[in-house]
Order: sequence, then C-alpha cells, then structure tokens
Amino acid sequence: MRVGSADTIRAGFRDAIPLALAVGAFGISYGVLARAAGMGAIAPLVMSLTTFGGSAQFAAAGVLGAGGGAAAAILAAVLLNARYGPIGLTIAPSLRGNVFKRFVQAQMVVDESWAVASRGDGTFDRARLVGAGLAIYVFWFAGTLLGVLGGDFIGDPKSIGLDAALSALFLALLAGQLRSRRAIVAAIAGGTIALALIPVARPGVPIIAAVAGCLAGWRGSGVDRVSPQIDSHEDGPS
Amino acid sequence: MTEAWRVVLVAGIASMAIKAAGPVALGGRALPRRLMGLVAMIAPALLAALVVTQVFGGNRELVIDARVLGVAVAAVLLAFRAPVLVVIVAAAVVTAVARGM
Repeated sequence: MRVGSADTIRAGFRDAIPLALAVGAFGISYGVLARAAGMGAIAPLVMSLTTFGGSAQFAAAGVLGAGGGAAAAILAAVLLNARYGPIGLTIAPSLRGNVFKRFVQAQMVVDESWAVASRGDGTFDRARLVGAGLAIYVFWFAGTLLGVLGGDFIGDPKSIGLDAALSALFLALLAGQLRSRRAIVAAIAGGTIALALIPVARPGVPIIAAVAGCLAGWRGSGVDRVSPQIDSHEDGPS
Repeated sequence: MTEAWRVVLVAGIASMAIKAAGPVALGGRALPRRLMGLVAMIAPALLAALVVTQVFGGNRELVIDARVLGVAVAAVLLAFRAPVLVVIVAAAVVTAVARGM
C-alpha cells in the first residue's frame, strides 16, 4: 500500500508539471508585483507558503500597492480563497489519517491539484492530490523567489498567453467532468451565476456564489456513475 | 508590524483554516449518499465559474479580449479530443499572437 501510494504521489507530481510550469511563471510575476507593492522580499515568500492561492495573493499585493490598506487586502485575499471551503468539503471524504495529517494534506489543495485528483464521480485520489499539490507548491514558491530577487526576465506572463493557457486548462478539466446530464446542468448554472455576478460583486464572490449551481444538478438520487469501473485506482487507509 | 506582514499573517492563517476546515472536521468519513450526489456537482459548477471568470472577468466588469480567442480555440480542440497539452499550448499561442497584433 505504501509503495503504491508513493508511486501515485509521484505520478500526480509528474502529471502536474506542465501546469506547475505555468504556475511558476505566474509566481515570478507575483514576486515582482509584491516587491513593487512594497511588501519586501520575505513577506511575499511566506505568503506563497501559507496563503498559497494565486488570485488571492495577486489581489492582496494589488490592493497594498494601490495604497488600499491592510484590511482591504485581507478581505480581497480571503474572498478569493473562500472557494476552498466548499472545495475542502468535496475532498474531505478522501483524506485519511489523524487531524494533523489531514490538515497538512488539505494545504496541498489548489484549483489545479484538486482538478487533477478528481475522478469525476465526486471522489478524489488522495495520493494524486498530494503529488500534484506538491508540484504546484514547489513551482509557485520557486517562482515567487525568482520574482522577489528581481527576476523580471520573463516580463508579463500574459504577453505569452499564459493566462489563456490556465483558462484552457480549467476548460479541459471541466470537459472531463461533464459525464452526466446533471453535471452539465450544474456547470451551466455555475457559469451563469458567475457571469451574472462579475459586474456587480467583488472578485471572488461570483465563484463562491456559483457553488450554488450544484443544487441545479442535484436530484438527490445519489451518485450516478457513467463508468463504474472508474474506481480501479488503489485507495485504502495508509 | 508593517502592513504587508499583517496581511501575510491574517490572510495566511485564514487561508490555511479555510482549506483545512472540511477535511479536519469530517475527513475520512464518507458523506451520506444523497449529500455525496450534491458534493459531486460542486466540481462542474465551480470549474465552470472559474473558466467564466478567467475568460470574461475584469474588476467588476465583463471584459472581452484576446483570451476569448485562445479559449475558443481550446474549446474546439477539446471537442475534437485533442490532448490536453496541445489544447493548453494552442490557447497560449493564439492569445499571445492576437495580443501582438
């Protein structure tokens, strides 16, 4: 079991490398932005290790740089990371071990690792989550480090289309989820809620509100599995 | 304490707590079947919202720019079952070229 689990962690790490490279590039630009916003060199690094959420950290640095104050920066960051509340609920049944272990594993959850670990039926592969999360964590921190050290050599990641690359990634992950009519209904509902709220709500709020889209796809009839053999992954208590 | 450190400390602790809340409170326990059916629908709803906000989201406004073109190409490639890596690279290249024009 332990060996199999370590293999799956490595597989998750490997599979996440292309995503982690893009994340690393954004880490560089976050480091540069945070430094320019007057956060110093160490604070952005600590933030990448603890807050560990790209959009939340960019928003906080942006608010601080614009002189918006600490309270507004904290609010922006917390709102943008609030989606990890419901995301945490989805992975909770898949995480094993004592409270400390579960706490540490939960820190490896970001959008990318969560999606890589998803089996599409509502369950998650814990080892893949940890492996993919570690890859993103390492590259995000390394990128931040290069950025605060003044490594502005890649310029704006947007100029090479990396923002669209991440959007395309999430679109691909979404496509993999659309295996039942209920999932399609939930996706349309979630997307519509977000679209409607973007012009009127603070960034972060549309995404949290869109979680309610899951109600549209729910008929309370349990999990409908399109491919029952999907459970072939090893999974057991370590 | 400087403003930056206050933000790092509070946002960091809050983020770690938010991420850990679900797994620490009910980790390892399977949710009731009906609830599991609901939780399984969070992923498509949330991923759709992430895509929408990344493609059209501005600061309290809907923005249509080169991203839309790149992601549209990605959607077409996905419909033809292209490998994910190809889809991602194509989206980046199309967007970068469109921005350069």
